[in-house]
Amino acid sequence: MKPEPEREANRVPLRERVRQTQLWKSIFRVELQRTDKRTRALAVLSNVFLHLHPARINRDAVRYGYTWGMGGISFYLFLVLTVTGVLLMFYYHPTKIQAFRDILYLEHDVPFGRLLRNMHRWAGHLMVITIWLHMLRVVLTGSYKTPREFNWVVGVILLVLTLLLSFTGYLLPDDQLGFWAVTVGTNMARAAPLVGNDIRFALLGGSIVDANALLRAYVWHCIGIPVVAIVFMSVHFWRVRKDGGISGPAPVVLESEITPAGKPK
Amino acid sequence: MALLKPAATAGRRAGADAYASRRRVVWLAVTGFCGTCALMVLRFFFPRTLFEASTRFRIGYPADFALGVDERFKQSNRIWVVREPGKLFAIYAKCTHLGCTPNWIEAENKFKCPCHGSGYDMEGRNFEGPAPRPMDRTYVELDAEGQIVVDTSRLVQCAPTGPCEFDANPESYVVISS
Repeated sequence: MKPEPEREANRVPLRERVRQTQLWKSIFRVELQRTDKRTRALAVLSNVFLHLHPARINRDAVRYGYTWGMGGISFYLFLVLTVTGVLLMFYYHPTKIQAFRDILYLEHDVPFGRLLRNMHRWAGHLMVITIWLHMLRVVLTGSYKTPREFNWVVGVILLVLTLLLSFTGYLLPDDQLGFWAVTVGTNMARAAPLVGNDIRFALLGGSIVDANALLRAYVWHCIGIPVVAIVFMSVHFWRVRKDGGISGPAPVVLESEITPAGKPK
Repeated sequence: MALLKPAATAGRRAGADAYASRRRVVWLAVTGFCGTCALMVLRFFFPRTLFEASTRFRIGYPADFALGVDERFKQSNRIWVVREPGKLFAIYAKCTHLGCTPNWIEAENKFKCPCHGSGYDMEGRNFEGPAPRPMDRTYVELDAEGQIVVDTSRLVQCAPTGPCEFDANPESYVVISS
């Protein structure tokens, strides 16, 4: 590409000078060059964040009408929940005296506290919905079939982990709604044969929903379950790639790509 | 490129410009959004309300204090109230070495810092250990009711060298007639 005359007359742009520094080159080993597909792919593959995406992908697999983008949106919501959740932790104490007081404090006084809390709440609700829609899409497109059957199982585990995150987050405001929801929920655990009572005892750290249960819900919600979920998410995304990419419809050939002889260009 | 007709070249140029300006708008929107979020997060870390003890508070009437060092307000407000014949003042319980809280040792009639052994006499003057200057005193005054008001956000400091001028500063003590 030939530089335009007026651009040529100017001095070297700051952006270009930054790109020549050793600091820049030590971070971005391979400069993005839009020359050919191979060098573009190299720039993507040598960047840890970009390489999470496939360097190249089947055009038909990214049609929103086919994938709905629900898996990606679920992951995006997980990121939103992580960021807003970490910020909420700066003002929240998981103790019986302070928990509900901190919720009121966040709602009414902390700068942007109400926005933050509502973002966390709505993203939590939405994540459950988008995961269901993601699963529905996978069923409708038959994407659970060989060779993707293991990834379906990983996905089901991720669904359970998401529901557990919702459930443990329920108690944290320490209000009437959460208290009774967890009372009912842990009583349901009690219905499990033989070990039911022990499961409930271990979940609550006691026989009633009290300070121990609040602290346990907090640790499971903020550390335990997210860490396990991140491990399973890594496997889930990795397997999407290894099992042949996002499953897509039969390839579409554009009219412009068909030569008179009937062969694709 | 050279084979293209002028009109076609102009069209392509216009398309490239539109593409470039669209990219600029998108990047502006993205950086604007992220920048605003960063500012909001920064603001989030500065709470509007604190649940700490007020720095300005009343500690009672002069008659409530006997001669000597009073430790009643050390835990709650980090001060010792010292009454001497004719005057009363409050020492801010913070070692001038590295900021630990010293202890009042009645038997030896001195304040002793547990961190590095600085010692202060009953008036808070350093006489041993690494402390560079006497402990600070807080602002004190008598309100209209005759109660003592202390403000720990206004400390009266002694210079590290030279004579100490606490008595020259009327904000650092209240005069008691009895």
